[in-house]
Amino acid sequence: MTAVENQPSTGGGEPAPAKGRRPLGRPMLYTAYGQDMALLNTGAKKVAVAVLLVVGLLLPFVLEDDLLRLLATGAVLAIGAIGLNLVTGYAGQVSLGHAFFLGIGAYTAAVVSGDPEDDQLYGLGITFLPVWLIAGGLAAAAVGFVVAPLASRLRGLYLAIVTLGLVFLGTHVWNEWDAVTGGIGVGRPAADPVLFGVDLSRRTEVFSADQQLYLLMTALLVVFALLGRNIARSAIGRSFAAVRDRDIAAEVTGVDVRKVKRRAFVISGFYAGCAGALLYSITGYLDPSSFGLLVSVQFVAMVLIGGVSTISGSIMGAFFIALLPRLTRELPEYLPFLSSSATETPNVFQVETLLYGLLIVAFLLLEPRGLFGLWVRIRNYWKAWPFSY
Amino acid sequence: MRDVLLTVVRGLGFGSVYALLAVSFVIIYKSSKVISFAQPALMLAGAVLVSYLAGPVGFYLAVPLAAIAIAMLGWGLERTTIRPMIGRPVFVVAIITLGLDIAIRVVVNVFIGPDVRNVGDPWGLSTVELLGLPVQERYIAMAVVLLVVGAGLFAFFRYSRYGLAMRASSLDQETALVQGVPVGSMTALAWAMAAGIAAVAGAFVGAGGGVDQSTWVIALKALPAIIIGGLDSIGGAVVGGLLVGLVESFFATYQGEYLPWLGQNFSLVSPYVLLLVVLLVRPYGLFGTREVERV
Repeated sequence: MTAVENQPSTGGGEPAPAKGRRPLGRPMLYTAYGQDMALLNTGAKKVAVAVLLVVGLLLPFVLEDDLLRLLATGAVLAIGAIGLNLVTGYAGQVSLGHAFFLGIGAYTAAVVSGDPEDDQLYGLGITFLPVWLIAGGLAAAAVGFVVAPLASRLRGLYLAIVTLGLVFLGTHVWNEWDAVTGGIGVGRPAADPVLFGVDLSRRTEVFSADQQLYLLMTALLVVFALLGRNIARSAIGRSFAAVRDRDIAAEVTGVDVRKVKRRAFVISGFYAGCAGALLYSITGYLDPSSFGLLVSVQFVAMVLIGGVSTISGSIMGAFFIALLPRLTRELPEYLPFLSSSATETPNVFQVETLLYGLLIVAFLLLEPRGLFGLWVRIRNYWKAWPFSY
Repeated sequence: MRDVLLTVVRGLGFGSVYALLAVSFVIIYKSSKVISFAQPALMLAGAVLVSYLAGPVGFYLAVPLAAIAIAMLGWGLERTTIRPMIGRPVFVVAIITLGLDIAIRVVVNVFIGPDVRNVGDPWGLSTVELLGLPVQERYIAMAVVLLVVGAGLFAFFRYSRYGLAMRASSLDQETALVQGVPVGSMTALAWAMAAGIAAVAGAFVGAGGGVDQSTWVIALKALPAIIIGGLDSIGGAVVGGLLVGLVESFFATYQGEYLPWLGQNFSLVSPYVLLLVVLLVRPYGLFGTREVERV
């Protein structure tokens, strides 16, 4: 008997299978690393995602148009929130500048899709959706690339303040650069969502405009969420987490911190740019004042309320924030002292803003993992039910 | 020459207010390593309180009263929302203060209403002849307030037991605790002081022009000031605040003439440009302590 024969068969001959067979009836047993890291690593997740997709596809035939429009907005916000979660949640680089990247994407898309005949505003006249979408994303990603060196010089709250400064500088540029933005109080038409000759923001024979937009945005959200999940669970995502948890330790173990931070900002910028481009193609119009600090705070709120460093949490948070105005509009029915008119106090708009603030505080104090954490608690409770431990 | 001097005076006047706000940020930062994004709301609350109190009791009494009331509010905020977060990442605490800011401003805006509220200051826009220059009285008042508050803080930190305790707990919380310093109470005191100073700054932000619902943005100009000065240096905050005031004032006077392509109102965002430039050269500000990196 030679030494070679003593080795385990997987070491000498064939390599260990990346994905072994999952034994039946043992849902918690993983026999290979690949199974644990799989996109949908439990049966329950597979079922849940399938159900969600089917429900998502059926919704446009059930719900009213205005709700669909709200959900389409939620889907776009979710794309932006995933972007912020990648840089702030996964890579730990605090960014309050998300509104700035959103603005770059929105205006790049608007210029690419804009009317070339217009002598007031720049426009290239390419209305095909993938072109302006990717152009918006790439422009914001390029700015992310330029901003990233700041992140490799600065830490934590210093970075937060610099990115906050970017929002103010951005707002100034949008206010002043009339040829691109139309100027204060004037604005310009946003990018047209045209796909293969069909303008999705206009009603066609089969679908209403809101149904089309909802389906488009949901489909894009699925693509971007899948992409985000894959970034998060691959080597890039692990290097993000290493930099977040201890950047010096990461450097010592061979992670190029500068490169990782740059990558995080570029990816996040791309997501924000795409979200910005899509967000205003729903309303069809964009104004220079739409990219203020409150927008950044709303995205931070989505990430924190949804759940830091989770893709599904970002999506939950985004839909929550998108639906919040609608929910507060319903409040006067139950609380008669609230007014739905903006001129009286207390009114629903004040309640809405107040809720942004209080929800951020409440979630951080009581459930730091956000909606995702609530879900994990519920799941774990029922997993062991009726035994609490 | 005359234009330059008037620009400098205006810059130093507003710079004094920014310096006060910056000091309020730094006091909180030194006590809990957190940048409090709630300062804009506290400043606005102070200004609005002064505007309501100035009628019945007069401006000079209204300012300290408002400062005390807002200091109590700051103390309450620390006890209810900041204290439970001890040991959590500073970013999370900073975002909590951001949430507080939004919530408080909603309430304050109700009291401001849609119009500009006059804070009832005795100066308005009237000027006084000083070395042959017509200097607005409010700028002098702002500078005097900065001097008074600055001197008071210096004496407090240098000579009082509480000041010593606060310095000790900002240097090393555990060691201070071992020496019998109630670190928690010192953090609460820092929040109260910072809120009170922000309220005073608010009253002077409103001097001459009044306050409206968008005035809170002014408090954020203290952020470039503290970063330029270094987050943990009160002296640096004062220098940073004055520098921000000067840069803004010079851009307001000359940018339209010499750099018109930057667009109108560029002076309002010029502090952030200054911030980017300073940070690219010196990442820890002009007077900040360099962090030692350890694994």
